[in-house]
Amino acid sequence: MTTKSAIRAQAETLFAAFRAAGAVPVDADILLPAETLLDLYGEDIRARAYVTSDPLRGEMMLRPDFTVPVVQAHMAHGADPARYCYMGEVFRKQDHLGPRASEYLQVGFEVFDRAAPELADAQVFALFARLLSDLTLRPATGDIGILMAAVRGLSTTDRRKAALLRHIWRPKRFRALLDRFAGRAPMPEARITLLDRLAQDTPEALIAAAGTFTGLRAPEEIAARAAALIEDSATAPIAAPEAALLYDLLSLEAPAQAALTHLRGITPLLPAIAPAVERFATRLEALNANGIDTMTLPFQASHGRTSLEYYDGFVFSFHAADPTLPPVASGGRYDALTAVLGQGRSIPAVGGVIRPGLVTALRGG
Amino acid sequence: MLKIGVPSKGRLQELTFQWFGNHGVTMRQTGNDREYSGAVDGIDGVELVLLSAGEIPRELSAGRIHLGVTGTDLIRDKLADWDRQVTSLAPLGFGHADLIIAVPAVWIDVDTVDDLDAAASAFRAAHGFRLRIATKYHRLVRDFLTAQGVADYQLVDSQGATEGTIRNLTAEAVADITSSGETLRANHLKILSDALILQSQAELFLSRQADWDAATRSTLTDLLRRLSLPVPAL
Repeated sequence: MTTKSAIRAQAETLFAAFRAAGAVPVDADILLPAETLLDLYGEDIRARAYVTSDPLRGEMMLRPDFTVPVVQAHMAHGADPARYCYMGEVFRKQDHLGPRASEYLQVGFEVFDRAAPELADAQVFALFARLLSDLTLRPATGDIGILMAAVRGLSTTDRRKAALLRHIWRPKRFRALLDRFAGRAPMPEARITLLDRLAQDTPEALIAAAGTFTGLRAPEEIAARAAALIEDSATAPIAAPEAALLYDLLSLEAPAQAALTHLRGITPLLPAIAPAVERFATRLEALNANGIDTMTLPFQASHGRTSLEYYDGFVFSFHAADPTLPPVASGGRYDALTAVLGQGRSIPAVGGVIRPGLVTALRGG
Repeated sequence: MLKIGVPSKGRLQELTFQWFGNHGVTMRQTGNDREYSGAVDGIDGVELVLLSAGEIPRELSAGRIHLGVTGTDLIRDKLADWDRQVTSLAPLGFGHADLIIAVPAVWIDVDTVDDLDAAASAFRAAHGFRLRIATKYHRLVRDFLTAQGVADYQLVDSQGATEGTIRNLTAEAVADITSSGETLRANHLKILSDALILQSQAELFLSRQADWDAATRSTLTDLLRRLSLPVPAL
């Protein structure tokens, strides 16, 4: 049985290794204002985090991860560039009976650096790989930046691109939207009916005919979306070859170097991904230079899309052989998150966490 | 004693008593009709526990009652991993209600979950906060919307008169149970065409946590035989 003291000792060892890599220790509150987390992650976080209430400060959450408080602290008074490490409990509500812990230690490492993001990606990954090297874990990597670049480069309306980008982290709805925009899924019956009616009458007339007005959503907002629907119905489907490339990208899974060769092969057909693919190439060089064999390193273009995080570039995780165990370590790049929390300022950021409890268990401790 | 929890009053209690009565098990309230005590005739070793329907899931989960009559909606909303905590022995054929999502009828642009998601995105951009959906079924509604990949909404708690929250400007949409849809129409709301979250009815549930000793097992076998129901593995 893995004891708490053994896990804490393991955490201290990892924490010391992060400090040795130049990170400054930071502390974070355990009770965090719920609103910031809810606005970032949406209502889904309620299923994962413990929510409690404070008589004066309102709804509070038991820290579900360190990313948000560490980014907030950095944006408020951090040095530039900066490296941080932290160690402490996180709390995750478990909705299923089973062995998954609802309270466990995390040890983390975050790099805020404008200079060479791909090098920072590689250094973080290589550091994690080295610290976990005796455990024969299976690494997984991805790059959400390539997917986002591909969406931005589609020859379609900004509205459609925005709708797809908004759902990058929700693969099911993303897929449904893409199927519709590519003309692969039929238009819903109700939409056809509405468009028929909008062809005969103004939105204002239809709203008036629908009965007593109620609610905060104003007639202008309803009319604006009706206009957007009319515009969208007149938009041509995303061209088949372009759509095929995006479907191909969503399912791309190969060793990293082979994935790069493949991506370079499709870049002439989807030129908008060129800068993202070159960043990927730069990262692979940096990984090689840091002792990672990118000929065998697994890569999946869709990796990290369901992690309830706002990763928007490099993503990685390390897995034990037992598929029922959560990842032993995970992390990625979250440049956009710093902009959301930075009130107008932003800084490229990458980092990750290790679960010392799992490390200890796998070492038989 | 095998304890069976049934609704403490109203139509639900009446229909429960009727259902058991039709199967040769007579339940009745004892004392005057405001006193929450009851009895089961015609079978030994069964104790009637009168409870609020909303509390029956919790009592089953805790194992303080062996059997209980309550709605599918309440079991699935209040109990995590409900099917590992309780076993449904039989649907009782009454208390039918659908858990649905409804929006103002004047939202001519919204008919599906996909529309709701798009409207939520625009609403948040326009108003600076996430579109509010009033409900008391937090787990069921959140799980449904998560599975559907809906973003930019928030659930606000409403324990009653939920349809009124839109008129009162405390919510933009509601997720509630409805049987005829009349209350929704009276409040100028319409049901989304693809957001049937759950079809609920009254069911007889068995607690897997309760103490099933030899005596209560034998009583259960006897009771279920009268009700013409198979005996589940315990």
